[in-house]
Amino acid sequence: MSNRLRNLSIPIIAVLLGVVVGTIIMLISGYDAIAAYSALWSGAFGEVYYTGEVVRQVTPYILAGLAVAFAFRTGLFNIGVEGQLIVGWLAAVWVGVAFDLPRFIHLPLAVLAAAVAGGLWAFLPGLLKARFRVHEVIVTIMMNYVALHLTNYIIRRYLPSPSGDRTEKIHATASLRSPFFEELTDFSRLHWGIFIAIIAAIFMWFLLEKTTRGFELRSVGFNQHASQYSGMNVNKNIVLSMVISGVFAGLAGAMEGLGTFGYAAVKGGFTGVGFDGIAVALLGGNAAFGVILAAILFGALKVGSLNMPLESGVPNELVDIIIALIVFFVAASYMIRIVMDRFSKKGVK
Amino acid sequence: MSLMEILLIIIPSTLLWAAPLIFTGLGGNFSERAGVVNIGLEGLMVIGAFTAIVFNLQFDSVLGDATPWVALLAAMVAGAIFSILHAVASITFRADQTVSGVAINLLSIGLALFLVKLIYGKGQTDIIQKSFSKIDIPILSDIPVIGDLFFSNTYYTSYVAIFVAIIVWVIMFKTPFGLRLRAVGEHPMAADTMGINVTRMRYIAVILSGALGGIGGGVYAQAISSDFGHATISGQGFMALAALIFGKWNPLGVMGAALFFGFAQSLSIIGKSLPFLENIPSVYLLIAPYVLTILALTGFIGRADAPKASGVPYIKGKR
Repeated sequence: MSNRLRNLSIPIIAVLLGVVVGTIIMLISGYDAIAAYSALWSGAFGEVYYTGEVVRQVTPYILAGLAVAFAFRTGLFNIGVEGQLIVGWLAAVWVGVAFDLPRFIHLPLAVLAAAVAGGLWAFLPGLLKARFRVHEVIVTIMMNYVALHLTNYIIRRYLPSPSGDRTEKIHATASLRSPFFEELTDFSRLHWGIFIAIIAAIFMWFLLEKTTRGFELRSVGFNQHASQYSGMNVNKNIVLSMVISGVFAGLAGAMEGLGTFGYAAVKGGFTGVGFDGIAVALLGGNAAFGVILAAILFGALKVGSLNMPLESGVPNELVDIIIALIVFFVAASYMIRIVMDRFSKKGVK
Repeated sequence: MSLMEILLIIIPSTLLWAAPLIFTGLGGNFSERAGVVNIGLEGLMVIGAFTAIVFNLQFDSVLGDATPWVALLAAMVAGAIFSILHAVASITFRADQTVSGVAINLLSIGLALFLVKLIYGKGQTDIIQKSFSKIDIPILSDIPVIGDLFFSNTYYTSYVAIFVAIIVWVIMFKTPFGLRLRAVGEHPMAADTMGINVTRMRYIAVILSGALGGIGGGVYAQAISSDFGHATISGQGFMALAALIFGKWNPLGVMGAALFFGFAQSLSIIGKSLPFLENIPSVYLLIAPYVLTILALTGFIGRADAPKASGVPYIKGKR
């Protein structure tokens, strides 16, 4: 089996294994697995409204997945996408609420604010990694919680609406909402953001694969010493990589703030989109196109799962279990490789 | 309000909030000292909290006042079993340990909520009747001043936690087992050459971290939250991870850091009723543990260095 085919088959096998184990869990618990999966399918694609919601969910997943994938490709693990997303969300909403501008300035400005906020939030871990060799995983985890508490505080203290625990609605001029899409999809919350996500994916592919800067970023991820020796500035590339990753995450926040919700609310816990982004990036093989495919799968699973308790009585958490299992199997792909090696050797004999 | 009255509120509350962090942080200590990063502490706490609450609700009529303690044992076993997943993935199948830990976190909360809905038909359990309750520790609470401050109106679990921290320190730094554990985390190839079974040591360490993480979750659920829902454990495991780093991978340091973080957490909750704190926004107290951990890692508060081989799978024969 060629290497390329094998790399492609691992995510597919991981998804299948995840579904198999999920089915076993349902059977042990005495649920009707077929009813559950058909409810899942019709909850994602059964009506045009649901499909609109799937695409709506896919939008931040693509961006969060790109954020994780970009960092991965450059040798960093950005587990702080969640925090950068929350910060970007608030920044976008703040611009949306505080200014009164014509649409063609207001909307780009709000999106830009989210990107800058996310980038800045990731700048610090990048700097600490480059300057002090502090592991970015721990710093970004800690930054997630700082972001959560800080944004809650800012919303309560500086941007509260009369109703209390959330901001005012953003002005229509900053909104990503699309009456055209809404009408097309039976008034789902589908918005223009999906184009931003796709453009971001193309941008990532182009930057990494077609530019000198991208080559340097990847090179630093592969081997810092070799890159240093060949004259690249390793520290600069580490910081830059984190910032770009944070920009993607911040944009994911803008999708929620300007598109789906139109406000920012005080959060009791994380949105989960940032962590799901890790799953998306892993399954997508950390490549731009793979991330889009994985985001579609997870978006459909997430939205479709909401229909499962209604139609089949199976708790929607089952989908969370399946997603976790997929991450698990992709992470432990060494196991899949061993099994595949066994089989292919037998085939030769 | 006099200083004494303030201390009478703060000290028991600090001990209460610190106990789960101490247990879980010690668990992380075992695993990371053996070279396996455990981001999954949060998930292990979730499993512990879930098991403790379900066990407590099922058996409180049979076991009476012993219920929370037996439930804690159940939580410990569940945590240990669940952590085997992380061990298999990250030790045997050489998965990225951080990714495997993230999978543990996602899986545990999904599984726990799935089972809650399966068993109780709703998203949250009932409130347990037999929780860890406040007690005055006999004899010790009769000591003047100290007895009132430290041994009255408090929980046994906090003292068990501190006691366990001391035991773990002894195990880690004064026994052959501890030496092997640390060797495996610093330089697994050297340890292997000296005849230590690296894989076995790492498995033991991860399972111990699961057991202690389970206890941490069980203590939190039965002393603080009293039920189990999606937000029961929200960030406690990551705060324990922070305590582990802030305590520089030393069990006594972890205990100290956990006490300090417990102090910050309880201040952020009860601070509004205290005279000189009411004007300070609680956000500073809420983010203090995380900011301090970043500062500690950066080297502003004495540099914290992780065990050398932490995060690296050991592959025999590979140099």
